[in-house]
Amino acid sequence: MNKFVRQLLPFGTLTLLIVALSALEPDTFLTTQNFSNVLSRSSYSGIIAMGMTAVIISGGIDLSVGSMMALSGMIAGLVMTQHGSVIPTPGLMVLGTLVGMGMGLLCGLLNGSLITLLDLPPFIVTLGTMSAFRGISYVINKGMMFDVPTYTFLGEGKIADVPVNVLIFLIIVLAAFFLLRYTPLGRYTYAIGSNRQAAYHAGVNVKRNLIAVYAITGLFVGIAAMIATSRTVSAQPTAGISLELDVIAAVVIGGASLSGGRGTVIGTIIGTLLISFLRNGCTLLGISTNIQLVVIGAIIIGAVALDQAARAKAETA
Amino acid sequence: MTGISKRFGPVQALRDVGITVRAGTVHALVGENGAGKSTLMKILAGVYQPDTGAIEIGGREHCFASPAQALEAGISMIYQELDLAEHLTVAENIFLGAEPRGRLPFTVSHKHMAAQAAELAQRFSFDIDPAAKVEDLATGDCQIVEVLKALRHNASILVMDEPTSSLSEREAKRLFEVVRRLRREGLALVYISHRLEEIIDLADEVSVLRDGLLVHCEHAAKLDIPKIVHYMVGRELTDFFPTRTAQIGDGLVQVQGLSSEAGIRDISFEVRRGEIVGMAGLVGAGRTEVARAIFGVDKRTAGQVILDGRELNIGSPADAIASGIALLTEDRKRTGLCIELPCSWNITLPNLGHIGFKPFIKPSRESRIAEEAGSRMAVKWSSPQAPAGSLSGGNQQKLLIARWLLANSRFMIFDEPTRGIDVGAKTEVYGLLNKLAEEGKAILFISSELPELFGIADRILVMRRGQLVGNLVTKQTTPEEVMHLAAVAERTL
Ligand SMILES: Nc1ncnc2c1ncn2[C@@H]1O[C@H](COP(=O)(O)OP(=O)(O)OP(=O)(O)O)[C@@H](O)[C@H]1O
Ligand SMILES: [Mg+2]
Repeated sequence: MNKFVRQLLPFGTLTLLIVALSALEPDTFLTTQNFSNVLSRSSYSGIIAMGMTAVIISGGIDLSVGSMMALSGMIAGLVMTQHGSVIPTPGLMVLGTLVGMGMGLLCGLLNGSLITLLDLPPFIVTLGTMSAFRGISYVINKGMMFDVPTYTFLGEGKIADVPVNVLIFLIIVLAAFFLLRYTPLGRYTYAIGSNRQAAYHAGVNVKRNLIAVYAITGLFVGIAAMIATSRTVSAQPTAGISLELDVIAAVVIGGASLSGGRGTVIGTIIGTLLISFLRNGCTLLGISTNIQLVVIGAIIIGAVALDQAARAKAETA
Repeated sequence: MTGISKRFGPVQALRDVGITVRAGTVHALVGENGAGKSTLMKILAGVYQPDTGAIEIGGREHCFASPAQALEAGISMIYQELDLAEHLTVAENIFLGAEPRGRLPFTVSHKHMAAQAAELAQRFSFDIDPAAKVEDLATGDCQIVEVLKALRHNASILVMDEPTSSLSEREAKRLFEVVRRLRREGLALVYISHRLEEIIDLADEVSVLRDGLLVHCEHAAKLDIPKIVHYMVGRELTDFFPTRTAQIGDGLVQVQGLSSEAGIRDISFEVRRGEIVGMAGLVGAGRTEVARAIFGVDKRTAGQVILDGRELNIGSPADAIASGIALLTEDRKRTGLCIELPCSWNITLPNLGHIGFKPFIKPSRESRIAEEAGSRMAVKWSSPQAPAGSLSGGNQQKLLIARWLLANSRFMIFDEPTRGIDVGAKTEVYGLLNKLAEEGKAILFISSELPELFGIADRILVMRRGQLVGNLVTKQTTPEEVMHLAAVAERTL
């Protein structure tokens, strides 16, 4: 029961926010156009947040997702434009998309392997790869971006009036939900985050499991990178700067614990939407992006403080 | 304490309980698992706040909002669950929050701290290295650190919640001397234990809790074990140990020349089908290390394990479980439970494969399976979905036993399985061991309590300083001989 109330807390905040914005800006906010926009804009950070949820449940963290997104996008751009020499043809676009996704997967595998095989803290490893991935993204085209003017499907395409990227987001959400709840991999991830030693003694292959978690996150980042590339019809080495903070914030607002063992897909979605609508609302109300940062910071602290208070109460009452 | 009541959600943990503890006496608190003993004492120590009732000390009424406040009023508590900072040293743990100051402001004098810790250990004649890291200590040593941590405060009221549950007889005896000494010094002591012999030995007064109610309070001199058990469980408990009915078959497990990086050397023994082999030894003798080496936790440096005629190549617990070996570890908090996860998940964790949950988990079937497994051990929980951490200490232990029962392994190693469980449940565990043996399983039963080894084991292995020093048929030996081997004798094999 109490758990249920806690789950509802961010959801309630989200509803409140939407109602308030609808009242304040009924003409611009409460339109399908705006909603579809917000969803589409949160699609790629939402996809990454699904991976981050698993990482945080396992008791880890991945600071490299923003850089990884830039790197995956740049590699894809490199392939699609044949190093800037052609306008992407459909064949090249498919190839580039696959290569970009593969790059994400590879980066994730690298993170996971470094963390488990060298037994290093995830914070340190991904802090390192965050810097390295960013560096490589700049090196690829000497700090310039690749224009991919024909690569519009993921960014603007629609199927039955629903943006393609929102559809992909939905599919990833379902996959993550299923993975965490209905597969041994997900179960082991919770167990490792809750008590790594106990999981190990219960026969969980901790290392293999952790590598899988980071690799899946990498794959999700690769997919997100393709959406981001398509939205801007260009692969940019500066893509996703400080994106990791938004993503981690969404997961934490959604009720996950940075010490591991706790977190849900639903919570993270609510966290992601909360941040997106907040941004959207601030923009509509003419609040500057600088103030937005302050508001989001306050929300993160407030959400976690409330969650903790509710938890303390549930434990003693 | 008078009229204390406490509710946890749907569970009424305590109902209008009142006890009086006199200075210069030992007050024992007994009761079944989940009776509310720890909860009552945590209220005294300021961890929980009571819903109703009052605490009075020396004529003054108190209301503690935190353990720090209780400490200030002179109440110190040794908690049931070990709670040490793993990465710090013994000395640092003992003085956590009250480190001796160095010469410069804001600095800690490590020299003073180590010296004071050593002095403290010596004053109470415990044998422990203040500079050792807690993560490297065995469970028994951790418990000694907890004891020293509580003693450091020079409290006037000392609460001990199952302080001996992972001590061997020798360390336990030391602790009793400490308790007696503190009693002479005029402290008021509260002592919780499921080892009823200790209670008879040590206590001046005994209070019995059952389902959150105080059912009896009397001078220890007028009580004996059967009477206490009667008050605890509300019925007579006869036949503490089951009659062994298992047919002992041919050898199932051979351990040959096993050595490990953790310091055990050249261990060889056999366990036959249907046989319960006990393992005795002092804390630190290497009993747990033998189990860890077999189970693939510690790296083997020599020797092999043969199961059913096949040499096993075990590199991790996952391999061991797949080969049909189970290990109930001695420290349920460190290596047993995921406390924030549901009880049901804890039960199925090592079993997802063979209950058909690979590749997919079926939640409704999982609840059912967990419910069944839990009821087999009579685990007291509000529901299988409740987090494992909300169970009382003994019920957490039962939960883990339930987990390994579900695993249905051929060779089962139980490391202190009766740690912290009540008499009734102990009897159930003994009965269960007997039943498992009857099914033809081979059982290795590590215990620090000689009576239970003698009550249930067919043979007793004795460990000392990482070596196997005795392999005795229970019927042809005596507790004295086992103690002698464990403590002093040279290798006799
Ligand atoms: N933090 C908590 N949240 C919810 N329920 C709790 C909590 N702590 C204890 N309980 C419940 O209160 C009851 C009493 O628990 P308590 O730990 O006091 O038992 P105990 O007598 O110490 O048992 P044991 O001998 O097993 O240690 C149990 O039913 C337990 O499940
Ligand atoms: Mg208890």
